[in-house]
Amino acid sequence: MLLLQQIVNSLMLGSVYVTVAVAFTLTIGILNFLNFTIPTLFMFAAMIGWALAYWGLPGGLTGPSYWPVALAVGIIASMIVSLVVERFTFRIMKTKYGDSTEHAIPLVSSLGFLLIIENLVRIGYGTDAQRFPGPSADLTMSIGGIFVRVPQFVSLLFVVVIVIGLNWLLRTSRLGRGLRAIAENPDAANILGVDMHRIVPVVFMLTGLLCGLAGALFAINYGEVSPQMGEDIGTKAIAGMVVGGLGSIWGAVLGGLIVGLTEVMTIHLFGADTVQVAVWGLLLLTLFIRPQGLFGHSAIGKGKL
Amino acid sequence: MSGYWAGILSILAINIVFAYGIFLPVATGQLNLGGAGFQALGAYAAAYASASFGLPVYVTIPLAALLAGAIGALIAFPILRTRGVYLVLATFAFAEVVAGSILNSETLGGAMGLSVPAFIDWQIPVAVAVLVSLFVFYLMSTRFGLTMRAAHDDEVVTDLMGVNIRKTQVTAFGLGAALAGLAGGLYAHTFSFVEIQGFNAVVSIYVLLYVLLGGTQTAWGPIVGATFFTMLPEVLRETLPTVKQTLATLVGITEPVAPPDESWRLVILGVLTVLMMAFRPEGLITRTMMERLQFRRSPSRAAAEVSA
Repeated sequence: MLLLQQIVNSLMLGSVYVTVAVAFTLTIGILNFLNFTIPTLFMFAAMIGWALAYWGLPGGLTGPSYWPVALAVGIIASMIVSLVVERFTFRIMKTKYGDSTEHAIPLVSSLGFLLIIENLVRIGYGTDAQRFPGPSADLTMSIGGIFVRVPQFVSLLFVVVIVIGLNWLLRTSRLGRGLRAIAENPDAANILGVDMHRIVPVVFMLTGLLCGLAGALFAINYGEVSPQMGEDIGTKAIAGMVVGGLGSIWGAVLGGLIVGLTEVMTIHLFGADTVQVAVWGLLLLTLFIRPQGLFGHSAIGKGKL
Repeated sequence: MSGYWAGILSILAINIVFAYGIFLPVATGQLNLGGAGFQALGAYAAAYASASFGLPVYVTIPLAALLAGAIGALIAFPILRTRGVYLVLATFAFAEVVAGSILNSETLGGAMGLSVPAFIDWQIPVAVAVLVSLFVFYLMSTRFGLTMRAAHDDEVVTDLMGVNIRKTQVTAFGLGAALAGLAGGLYAHTFSFVEIQGFNAVVSIYVLLYVLLGGTQTAWGPIVGATFFTMLPEVLRETLPTVKQTLATLVGITEPVAPPDESWRLVILGVLTVLMMAFRPEGLITRTMMERLQFRRSPSRAAAEVSA
């Protein structure tokens, strides 16, 4: 029973990883770009949400807002920031060199943005962890003796809906066809009339949306936000993405859940300090034995950096 | 020399050696985002040898370089099978595994860190940095340096020309790991204390940014990058309060304002990174720039004039 409870817990933790990992895998799969701003977008949405729910607008324009409104604003803010990142990482390279996927430049630029956003948030709100005034995390229900926190359960359902929706978008819509064409061959897609300048920002908006949602879910479920919260979640989501296979959405889902399970089980069996070694060891092992991951396509992510 | 400048000089020397450790793989076309892992290996090797066996500095520092280099060369074989994004992730993962292993090791002090009995002043790091710089300049002028450059520019063609790419890459990666370990050894003895929190992912990111912003085409790049970004915080420490005070005066605040947050320096580093990547992605120092500075006609231009 204890083991089953741990598995349920790991599912809940994994759902946050899954959302961030899907954001990572989307940019890698479509644009061949490892976007290091993703962990900060995750943090940004949650911190903005917290600040609004705690203080209201800066300058005393309004009082504290109701937390769902605050989080929604946070998510929109993270989408806007993601679009700014697109301008400075991807678009400049595209217009200057014709092809941005063959260079390490966007990756390095995104590292620069990581420093900028994270430290601006630190300057604005301090480095301490803050309590998020969301719904009580103690709200639990019991299914056959296993305790499930209601907000976590709701967010798990939410993640499932998002992933199915995203899959549907990529498979059936015109937009999705454009995205898949770019993933296959950017130049050919461009020649055949896919408007890169309209479609690439969509990827970044989706990235911002997914990260923002993940940040909001994290804030609701764990009731705590901090400027550092993105580092841990982001790196574990990367691990999950690689285990599942770069560029595959279902791979990211499975990989995120595997990492969540690995983490909870390692803590359960060996204690909290060994989590790093277990998760990153899993990642290294995957890279050595099956670099394309569980579901990955062997061609993705191999471009010259 | 004042203690302040001696300290800065030591940090600068260590950063230059560290930057060269990342430069070698990057100049061969391998982004190494695991610099902190190799530095941690070197630092802990030196710290452990010094603390537990009382070995002198001139043994522990080479030991640090050897150990990190050996481990680097060993993992280079599986790691360099991966490419592109995978390579970045693999090196990153390696650094995390090193950090996690050290954190869990009782003998290495875990989260408490290790104190290092032997202390070195600024002379040794500076001397090592000069030697390492000369070595890398020499290396880049040899045939091996040429193959590194070729592997960076076009792997397939270089392979077709009969160069053993794998050997070049593994050697460059291993040598780079050894230099990063050397930097770690110097770090341990300079600060007399090592703790694993000092070798986190952010350190790996910084050192990669030093190298890329300095430029990876010539051996001047890491020196310039490391110097610029080591001195930048010191300069900003002086100028930022003045700037803020001036700005405050402009908007009409006359009383003294609190000095700005330390994090502004990192924001500035980030802004510089983004701007550099947008306007001069090949780095500050490029090959053509060095050729111009030497007042020598570049071979290509000379050839153009002959044919004209």
